[in-house]
Amino acid sequence: MKKLAALLMLATALSAPSVAMARDVSIQTSLVQYAGHAAYLAVYLTNPDGSYNSTLWVSGQKSKYYGDLRGWARAVSSGGSLNLDGITGASVGSGETLTVHANLADTLLDAGYQIRVDSAVENGGQYADDAVIDLTSTPVTVSGTGYVNTISLGL
Amino acid sequence: MRSFHSLAGLFGGLLIIFMATTGFVLSLQPLADAATTMAADSSVTVAALADRVAADLPGVERLVRSASGQLVAYTAENGVRGAVLVDPQTGAAAGAYAPSALFSFITDLHRSFMLGNVGHGAAGVAALVILALAISGMLLLVGKMGGWRKLLTPSRGTGSQRLHTDLARIGVAVLLLTSLTGVYMSAVNFALVPENAGAMFAFSPASAGDSVAPIASLEALAAIPLTDLRELTFPAMGDATDVFTVTTKAGQGFVDQGTGAMLSFTPNDAWQRAYEFIYLLHTGQGAPMIALLVGLGALSVPLLAVTGTIIWWTRRRNTPRIAGNVSWRDADTVILVGSEGGSSWGFAATLRDALRLEGQRVHVAAMNELRRSYPHASRLLVLAASYGDGTAPASARQFLAKLERFASAPGFAVLGFGDQSFAQFCGFAARVDAALAAKGLPRMLPLGSVDRQSAGHFAAWGKSLGAQLGLPLVLNHVAARPATSKLVLVERVLYGMEVQAPVAVLKFAATPSHGGWFGPRLPRFEAGDLVGIVPPGADAPRYYSLASASRDGMLEICVRKQSGGLCSAFLHSLVPGETIDSFIRPNPDFRPRAGRRPLILIGAGAGVAPLAGFVRHNRHRRPVHLFFGGRDPASDFLYRDDLQTALDEGRLTSLNTRFSRVMGGGYVQDLVMDEADSVRRLVSQGAQIMVCGGRDMANGVRAAIETCLAPLGLSVDGLKQKGLYLEDAY
Repeated sequence: MKKLAALLMLATALSAPSVAMARDVSIQTSLVQYAGHAAYLAVYLTNPDGSYNSTLWVSGQKSKYYGDLRGWARAVSSGGSLNLDGITGASVGSGETLTVHANLADTLLDAGYQIRVDSAVENGGQYADDAVIDLTSTPVTVSGTGYVNTISLGL
Repeated sequence: MRSFHSLAGLFGGLLIIFMATTGFVLSLQPLADAATTMAADSSVTVAALADRVAADLPGVERLVRSASGQLVAYTAENGVRGAVLVDPQTGAAAGAYAPSALFSFITDLHRSFMLGNVGHGAAGVAALVILALAISGMLLLVGKMGGWRKLLTPSRGTGSQRLHTDLARIGVAVLLLTSLTGVYMSAVNFALVPENAGAMFAFSPASAGDSVAPIASLEALAAIPLTDLRELTFPAMGDATDVFTVTTKAGQGFVDQGTGAMLSFTPNDAWQRAYEFIYLLHTGQGAPMIALLVGLGALSVPLLAVTGTIIWWTRRRNTPRIAGNVSWRDADTVILVGSEGGSSWGFAATLRDALRLEGQRVHVAAMNELRRSYPHASRLLVLAASYGDGTAPASARQFLAKLERFASAPGFAVLGFGDQSFAQFCGFAARVDAALAAKGLPRMLPLGSVDRQSAGHFAAWGKSLGAQLGLPLVLNHVAARPATSKLVLVERVLYGMEVQAPVAVLKFAATPSHGGWFGPRLPRFEAGDLVGIVPPGADAPRYYSLASASRDGMLEICVRKQSGGLCSAFLHSLVPGETIDSFIRPNPDFRPRAGRRPLILIGAGAGVAPLAGFVRHNRHRRPVHLFFGGRDPASDFLYRDDLQTALDEGRLTSLNTRFSRVMGGGYVQDLVMDEADSVRRLVSQGAQIMVCGGRDMANGVRAAIETCLAPLGLSVDGLKQKGLYLEDAY
């Protein structure tokens, strides 16, 4: 199983001001075995009310396919602008695992925030909210419904 | 150009075979789709269909229409995802959609060898290699055929060469198309060319109101015929502000789910339209006829690669290694060789070695390899053999054309190699000599000649060349014999004694000492090929046309006894059990063309031998008409019994004979004139004429055929150009 690692320094929005501690979080997304081209994935964070907070990672080089990551695309549309510098990488093939590292403020844990993964494959399916996992302080693993086999959170 | 073509083919060979094979498999997909896809009516609109699908399949998220017209609905209900085929007419679910894992797998192999970006690069390189091979191959073919206009004339050469040429002529247009489009698609993949200059990720607008109207009532969707649809994404369940995203063949737009208005529409730009057209040409998706064409073109690639490799290998084996050859840029002396059998290369090597001993910088090459100029050469030495009666050998056919563009002016000397028994002895060398003089090059020596590879003639020419150059040039040439096989005489039948023209029909078999795994084995040959025989005590071989093919299990020739002929005397003196040393020289340009068209065979005396061989192998009973000339039917009617049997069995359609030493007799050319009507009729049916025999007889027959074709407005030269008139004269 190939490991696609991505190191990420997130913008100040995620790190709470002065006193707050930050935590390294790793999000592991493994894909099911499927026939077809490598998948596009969007890994993003939502607020307790379900609204979009920020993008952690987008897999896949061609931005014209980003619209296929529907839940995420819909969410970032409301923002009206998008800066993905440094948080994009290669698409992820059948059976592979993507690991995303994020430096998140402690205050985000156990507060109703969620990490969501959308997936899409060229000439294949498009799955908004393929996998959704709560951002908690205890490590958990959740199954996906589309191309995502499992997603697990490590602290 | 040729070495470029060969190198690209050899190094890219496996790569392009792989691309072509996977490409061929992929070309079957549009054909399979066309066979299984339900047709849509052009009156069905996207709104009507989407409405029915939404009613039928709760939780439908997306509707995708492929190039072939196949409709697939993607659904999600309670976390369960599905893909369902939809009837494009009724919108009813028509079973689960299971995309072919095989085609998907092969697509990935074809695009990227499953190696990601590196593989994508390799696939692009493969497309470039195919493109380069198609272009260089076409230019080579044009050169070989003698111009664009002659591109479609019959191909020549050995079986592999002909197959390679014919396949290339059929496949080259398709291969140009697939490789060019493939290169373009690769360039798009690497963003060297935009696929759609304006298409970045588009933020979708929001629906205006909070009401949700029935899908069938949405005007913007009702305006799109289903046949224009690419993809329709439904708004998220329960989100009234979400919109329909619709992609059509014209572009992409967003439709308000409450008002049915098109909120924004981005038409495809010119890049996108170009890409889609190129994609269609390359894949044939949705266009089964293009897929068929592309698939057949791909199929020609492995065959081209195999025949090309055989040709390359044969040429490499037959071209002598020139060790320490000085580059043409640096050479002060250039030796050009025109050789059919390869023996002139041996003379060139002797000359090269002698010049090198005197400190000259020598470049040796085939006459076809004449460069546009030689910057440092002060002399050009041409060793030119004649092929048959004064025609250019294969390795020199392009020489005279290339000479027209020749730009430097070294001193020149031409040495012809030939056989004095031909009327046009060294005829080709004479033409080369005249052409070089006409080009204004200073002549260093008058045209020299070497009869039947005589080492003495060669040494004498070397002496005068040395005198001219002021060098003590000693050309001591020892001919290298081709590898010979020992054959044993098994049968000898003598004809023509009574008419003072003894002809022996000799049959040889492989000797036990020259055995393969399955017992004694003959070398490979076809009727019409030549066997070279070197009589004991002689230097140069004599060549005889073969009346049999190796699969007949024996090697058969007809030998007329020449007065003072060393080799014919030797062969006539052989008795069964005695052996000869021989080698085969293929003669691929003297073979009946494949097909059902009639064949006219004209031969006199021993010249009937290869013709009898063709008749013997006419198993498919094409119409074959033989004209035979001899002296006296009682004495030299060669193959009389064989030909009678062939008539009975239908392998021979008609047999006409004329004998010169009988009352009211005449020559075979007279016979042709008498049968002018049937010759004309056969030629107008596309008959091929093959003539074999002595030089005088061949000239007589040509004149007779010329006369008899004149009323049709045809000429022997015209037929020759189409490969319909072949001569093997000696």
